[in-house]
Amino acid sequence: MTLLNALPGAISQGMLWGIMAIGLYITFRVINISDLTVDGSLATGGAVCVMLVRSGLNVWIAILLAALVGMLTGLATGLLHTKCGIPAILSGILTQLALYSVNLRIMDSKANQPVSVDKYHLLVSQRYVRELSLRNPLILLSVIIIVLIGLLYWFFGTEKGSSIRATGANLNMAKAQGINTEANINLSLVISNSLVAFAGALLAQFQGAADVSMGRGAIVIGLAAIIIGEVLFSKIFVNFALKLFSVVIGAILYYIVLQIILLMGLNTNDLKLFSALIVAVFLSVPYFKEKHFRKPVIPGKGGN
Amino acid sequence: MLEIRHAYKTFFPGTINEKIALSDLNLSIEDGEFVTVIGGNGAGKSTMLNIIAGSLTVDSGQIIVDDQDITRLPEYKRAANFGRVFQDPMMGTAPTMQIDENLAIAARRGEIRGLKWGIDKEERERYKELLKEFDLGLEERLSAKVGLLSGGQRQALTLLMATLKKPKLLLLDEHTAALDPKTAQKVLDITDKIVEKSKLTTFMVTHNMRDAIRHGNRLLMLNEGKIILDIKGEEKQKMTVEKLINRFEKASGEEFANDAAILG
Ligand SMILES: Nc1ncnc2c1ncn2[C@@H]1O[C@H](COP(=O)(O)OP(=O)(O)OP(=O)(O)O)[C@@H](O)[C@H]1O
Ligand SMILES: [Mg+2]
Repeated sequence: MTLLNALPGAISQGMLWGIMAIGLYITFRVINISDLTVDGSLATGGAVCVMLVRSGLNVWIAILLAALVGMLTGLATGLLHTKCGIPAILSGILTQLALYSVNLRIMDSKANQPVSVDKYHLLVSQRYVRELSLRNPLILLSVIIIVLIGLLYWFFGTEKGSSIRATGANLNMAKAQGINTEANINLSLVISNSLVAFAGALLAQFQGAADVSMGRGAIVIGLAAIIIGEVLFSKIFVNFALKLFSVVIGAILYYIVLQIILLMGLNTNDLKLFSALIVAVFLSVPYFKEKHFRKPVIPGKGGN
Repeated sequence: MLEIRHAYKTFFPGTINEKIALSDLNLSIEDGEFVTVIGGNGAGKSTMLNIIAGSLTVDSGQIIVDDQDITRLPEYKRAANFGRVFQDPMMGTAPTMQIDENLAIAARRGEIRGLKWGIDKEERERYKELLKEFDLGLEERLSAKVGLLSGGQRQALTLLMATLKKPKLLLLDEHTAALDPKTAQKVLDITDKIVEKSKLTTFMVTHNMRDAIRHGNRLLMLNEGKIILDIKGEEKQKMTVEKLINRFEKASGEEFANDAAILG
């Protein structure tokens, strides 16, 4: 009974983090970079949006500006990586660290800035998760996710998008085919972090506050979503749009499982440990499969 | 068409690992030439191709293509001029993308990639026709991931990708070395066909003297980062392995190391 009660909340959380995980997918899977910027840019998105809404700006404009600032955070990481030659992971860590200070500045040096749904018009709020009305966040979140997946599916099918996929698949081939790989890596980080900041902006509204540490461990949750989605659906979902969709399902499942475990009496303080363990286990599955269950290599057919 | 002037390239200069890869390399290639390149391990063959394509930059010297100095141009900008096939079959294709997607990317080499759809129906038909000529069964598998193909199939595909958009110069770096003899022969035949058909100016590095003699209309031998033999025209046509070894010994003043790989 309590699980049923908690379900709508868990699903909304999952959808919010699913948007974030879609952003992460673009770096982690499309261009093969583990981008740690996201822990910072998620909070940046939340901070920008909440501060702008509090100052009286329309919530849609606030959320767009949050995504725009998210782009800048991705660009910062991209430039550190492509122009200064710093390894991608380290570039992300540097930006993430810098963003902690930046986020505090944005939030008027407070670690937490509330935005009440009573005082402001917000797009999503957890207060309405069990309500049967248009205010229910599940509705808007579904629409947003469908639109986002559609947009990304279109973009990665275009000439530009294909060239980004090639950049991630084989840097050598991409350069030999005249693709500006550095620009593509930067563009991917920009798109990715704008989505993450966008998710942060929605998350802050949902929770009714922006918190300077709301992004801590975001990359782990995003990875969990990606990997759960892949483990469950990689055999049947081969189309790019469906792959993005499975990322969202992965995020939703992650939050449902989390909810169940919490109901079983797990201490909330242990949540991060638990999340890290799940991701570690799933990330190591392909490795152990390769190592212990490798099938004999079948020589390529035809041609030879 | 292509000119290399006084090219020098040293790896790890000033350290105990110092390796001189190119040392005052000079070369001029005319339109329509099919140049085969031989030389022992570490002679600088790959380095020469890499400084042309831009994956490496020269320490000093100039590279000129059709009167344009490209010495400082980044690799991706030079790519408009060159088609490349690498020794490693993994290097030339995107394994997680489909055969037709790989071809579509190659068809747009040197063009601005915008927000048009990445591949259209007509080009897919065209790729089908082109792949049919290879007789590798690839025309039926346009939407298969390239990662599923054999080494030979990949090299054939990479060849097609390198020439889909006619390059000013086709750069082949031991592109059959990783293949079994039968497949290697097949890929070489395909190479000849493509070069013939589009009248491509070509640079083909090989470890195999016989292949170097049999193919092309000009033969270069590299040693210690320099061109020590440059054989063209009638002399090239009449060349044999014995004569070539003889010429090598005279030119380099060294005894020819009886390297089975070079003899092929
Ligand atoms: N990326 C690199 N870093 C360091 N040294 C290199 C690099 N590439 C080539 N070299 C060195 O430069 C010299 C020339 O190498 P190169 O690869 O051009 O020879 P090659 O003629 O292609 O030989 P092979 O027949 O073995 O392919 C060698 O001494 C090699 O060790
Ligand atoms: Mg080589």
